[in-house]
Amino acid sequence: MRVTIWGCRGSVPTPGRDTIRYGGNTSCVEVALGDGTVVVLDAGTGIRALGDDLQRRSIRRIHLLLTHLHLDHLEGLRFFAPMWDAEVELEIWGPPSPLVALRDRIARAFSPPLFPIDLAHVPAQVTFHDTPREPWSIGGAALRAGFVVHPGPTVGYRIESRGATFAYIPDHEPALAGVIHGRSRDWVSGGSIAAGADVVLHDAQYFEDEYPSRVGWGHSSVTDAVAFAKAVDARRLVLFHHDPGHDDASLEALEARARAVAGTNGLAPPALAREGMVLELA
Amino acid sequence: MEERSSKHLVLILAREFASNLATPMMLTDEEGTLIFFNEAAEPVIGGTLAEAGEMPFAEWMGRAASRTTDSELLPLERRPAAIALYERRAAHERFVFTALDGAEREVSVTAFPLFAHADEFVGVVAIFWGE
Repeated sequence: MRVTIWGCRGSVPTPGRDTIRYGGNTSCVEVALGDGTVVVLDAGTGIRALGDDLQRRSIRRIHLLLTHLHLDHLEGLRFFAPMWDAEVELEIWGPPSPLVALRDRIARAFSPPLFPIDLAHVPAQVTFHDTPREPWSIGGAALRAGFVVHPGPTVGYRIESRGATFAYIPDHEPALAGVIHGRSRDWVSGGSIAAGADVVLHDAQYFEDEYPSRVGWGHSSVTDAVAFAKAVDARRLVLFHHDPGHDDASLEALEARARAVAGTNGLAPPALAREGMVLELA
Repeated sequence: MEERSSKHLVLILAREFASNLATPMMLTDEEGTLIFFNEAAEPVIGGTLAEAGEMPFAEWMGRAASRTTDSELLPLERRPAAIALYERRAAHERFVFTALDGAEREVSVTAFPLFAHADEFVGVVAIFWGE
């Protein structure tokens, strides 16, 4: 399983010279499975460059797994080149909502005044799936989706392939459901998604002193991200959903803080996600 | 994929809600297993959560023998938590029950089912009311 990060910024794209090292595109991660299957996680602005790359590689079947439909996870879809290729089969998975079908919710982004072209007129062969409650398979991988603490229907994903496990929970505020440290894993939001994962890619948007004024916004402090990774016995934590107000130097301070909090017991030193980062999971 | 034990998010959030309430409240999962009650419920239930632990539905229903305020046996089908669990609807009843500490207490209980989605039942909340 090969994981490539195409966008790791939270909330809003932040291009510019202050964000060059870690990137300004919003959430998008590619997971290439051993059998050639391509799974894409989220459709933030990072998906635009990924789409061009998939076209160059002549990938004609793509599974897009959306954690939720906040704009920073969806806004790139309209500029995803495979959407505009009639030969592409695009399977879009996302969290079910009690009221509105996934397709209809996504269609809002493909309608005036937000966009000139209706979703019905997209050339690609697009199908929509609510994430199942039980594990399911894509290609050679076993997947699981689980609801996590974040405003609106939001899931995290667990992908297992050939003995490796990757967990993706980019927008998550587990502390809102109680103190993480010392709580048994089955009572931690996202616990079953990230349990024992080789790599967990997790929300770490804030420094501790930024978090109190943002409680309930759906994101984690760096210490809560570390506490979560430890609570679920993850082997490695990749810090994700970088705050748009954090430049490269701020992010490196955040990484240092994560490493100081993590210590040396069990968890590998946490690392910042950055555009272009590749994680090979054996 | 290996089955991972974890509580449904709705139950996790309900537990946190209960933890911050002064109103006695207990929580079961979708099978009726008692999985949590808050500190406010401890004097009513007659023990702490640590002492009680998770308890299957039949066990805690059996231990909390219940009678009407007229001392008649309160059948299972009239007990609010059982109604919420089996009939998936809210219920309210006043009755006398035997608490975990052996004391008999008169309580009013309101129980209601928790649905994560219209077709996804995940547990029951029971709230104890004083006079």
